[in-house]
Amino acid sequence: MALIGKSGPSVSQKTDLTLNAPAESTNISAQFLEPVSRGPSAGVSEKSFRLHSGVRAPFPWSNTMLSWQRTGYHFQPEKNWMNDPNGPMFYGGWYHFFYQYNPDAAVWGNIVWGHAVSKDLIEWLHLPLAMVADHWYDTNGVWTGSATLLSDGQVIMLYTGATNESVQVQNLAYPADLSDPLLVDWVKYPGNPVLVPPPGIDDRDFRDPTTAWYGPDGKWRIAIGSKVNKTGISLVYDTEDFKKYELIEGVLHAVPGTGMWECVDLFPVSLKEDNGLDTSFNGPGVKHVLKASLDDDKNDYYAIGTYSLESGNWTPDNPNLDVGIGLRYDYGKFYASKTFYDQNKQRRILWGWIGETDGESADIKKGWASVQSIPRTVVFDKKTGTNILQWPVEEIKSLRKSCKKFDKLEVGPGSVVTLELEKATQMDITAEFEIDKEALKRIGESDMEYSCSTSGGSAQRGELGPFGLLLLADEGRCEQTPVYFYVAKGTDGQLKTFFCTDESRSSLANDVDKRIFGSTVPVIKGEKLSMRILVDHSIIESFAQGGRTCITSRVYPTKAIYGAAHLYLFNNATSANITASIQTWAMKSAYIRPYSSHAF
Amino acid sequence: MISSVFLLCVVGLSLTQIQFSSADLVKQTCRQTPNYDLCVQTLRSDPRSSHADVAGLAMVMVDMIKAKSIATLHKIGELLGTAPDPKTKATLRRCAQLYDNAVLKADIPSAMEALKTGNPKFAEQGANDAANEADSCERAFSGASPISSFNRSVSDLSRVASAIIRLLL
Repeated sequence: MALIGKSGPSVSQKTDLTLNAPAESTNISAQFLEPVSRGPSAGVSEKSFRLHSGVRAPFPWSNTMLSWQRTGYHFQPEKNWMNDPNGPMFYGGWYHFFYQYNPDAAVWGNIVWGHAVSKDLIEWLHLPLAMVADHWYDTNGVWTGSATLLSDGQVIMLYTGATNESVQVQNLAYPADLSDPLLVDWVKYPGNPVLVPPPGIDDRDFRDPTTAWYGPDGKWRIAIGSKVNKTGISLVYDTEDFKKYELIEGVLHAVPGTGMWECVDLFPVSLKEDNGLDTSFNGPGVKHVLKASLDDDKNDYYAIGTYSLESGNWTPDNPNLDVGIGLRYDYGKFYASKTFYDQNKQRRILWGWIGETDGESADIKKGWASVQSIPRTVVFDKKTGTNILQWPVEEIKSLRKSCKKFDKLEVGPGSVVTLELEKATQMDITAEFEIDKEALKRIGESDMEYSCSTSGGSAQRGELGPFGLLLLADEGRCEQTPVYFYVAKGTDGQLKTFFCTDESRSSLANDVDKRIFGSTVPVIKGEKLSMRILVDHSIIESFAQGGRTCITSRVYPTKAIYGAAHLYLFNNATSANITASIQTWAMKSAYIRPYSSHAF
Repeated sequence: MISSVFLLCVVGLSLTQIQFSSADLVKQTCRQTPNYDLCVQTLRSDPRSSHADVAGLAMVMVDMIKAKSIATLHKIGELLGTAPDPKTKATLRRCAQLYDNAVLKADIPSAMEALKTGNPKFAEQGANDAANEADSCERAFSGASPISSFNRSVSDLSRVASAIIRLLL
């Protein structure tokens, strides 16, 4: 439960410009240069990281620390384990959200479909479980699926079931009563399963059916991810009634070496307009995004390309940035994501599963695991032509209160500025940065290619970075989570901007993941460097250049919690002065409760 | 006489071939784990291993983690019965919690279900956590652990299991 902030003494708008004098900045630089454990950032994979992290005493998590971790405005059930988002849609005046849920424990297992509804994608009412494992064809798991809304008002839900013999099949379900806008009860088609693994596909490599799109000859088309050896593929099926299917020859697309494709998603984006498009939309002025969640590395990858209804193939604009080898939706903890077309506001909206990165024993102790990202709108990035932009839905602004502005703060090399704030654990922050032009001209070439994950994080100083914000930092800054930009001239003489999140000092506890991650972010000439950050207890969602590069992070501080968490601005570059303009809002908690008839 | 000996040899050879294949899978699999000997020994001790695929071998290993965890809990119970000093008692109790609530009630069932249903990444999480819990328990004794061999056993088995599961991804 998040603390509801009470109004404290009025906070001054002036910033506390500490540590600007040279003598003090030397002090602070020294602190920044303090050695950071290289283990997690030096390419040790996330999966093996904690297993080989050396001999250390287990951290004594207190209930105070653990209960602070619960988010104030991100979607999560009251307790237990959640994973993939399922069947998101707008129906009957409500946004519907379903999710993989374990009703019995805070670890994965006994998976069923949770269900919640919302008017604004921010405040949610929990409803009874939509589907449980009550038939032979889903007794070992009611897994991920997607919704298709037909023009005659029907709602089609296709989902993967793990049968009594652990074969992955696709099943059809639909609302018991379409006149119930809450769609509380669901019926499974008596003829299930409607699809079983085709020849050549393993019983355990066939899951996560997509929303259908209108195909040629008036048939509907769906995609299902799979693999053949180490090649990730997407199968395509035609159907007229969602009960009988025909496997289309070939595949929608395949990329060697990417492994199993989970949660495949294919959707159109407009090249000219700012609105989202219905999943069936096609034609000139449209490109298609193909996305897959790679089982092998637990990241979501996307690529922009062209989808042809005639050939049934999707082709990437740039084969070097094909699905699974190019861009990611998010460079942090973000998986099994799924979009839907919001016909209510004509937007394409993305949901992503944000798992825990602490130890399972802590999850068991605190009684829950996982949250969902704040839903993001997805549009084509017209300026670069090579990216999509993700941005928290506008409705999140309804939680904003007590705005503070910091205009054109000048921050010299090696300094930290305290931005006084109450409620630094629930915040919405926008920040713009400018590097002084002289420093930009002066910068020499580097013979080493920078990368967030192999760097020393915010403590590794370069001429033009790192600089950014320190989130969830205690007064002594023993714990801090920097989100920053790092500008460098690559080996090709071109300036490159990196956007990173550094978890290496996010917590004094040693049984949590502490990675440094991020990516380059394209910066168009004339653009200032900008970031937006949503801080909500143990989750930090960061967006650079309007959502061109996104990083979601889970952090578990032990000291920088409740009133002891502060926000700082920092510049750890060696030679550049930074000018920063920042706006912060404290965020109210969102009303996320079980539905009761008194709710409205 | 010669022909029957010949027949016997042929049959014997083919039997060896059959055994060779499954033994090969055990060896092949174990070679990719951090403890080859423990892996082979553990898998060979279970009759299911002779006709299991890699997922099946992983399940055999997870079952062994379960067995060792139960044995550890029994040992802890025994030691608590001998009225140890308060510090050791508290640590033993904490370990019992880790083994019971985390390993046996959460990690093992989750890993088994994941392996059974073809979702190995969740099995990897469970196996990794079992190793972490065993290590946590051991370190909590700060060098004076009365259950070192048990913790070590669970930890090693879990790491081997995790490596086998990785092969499924």
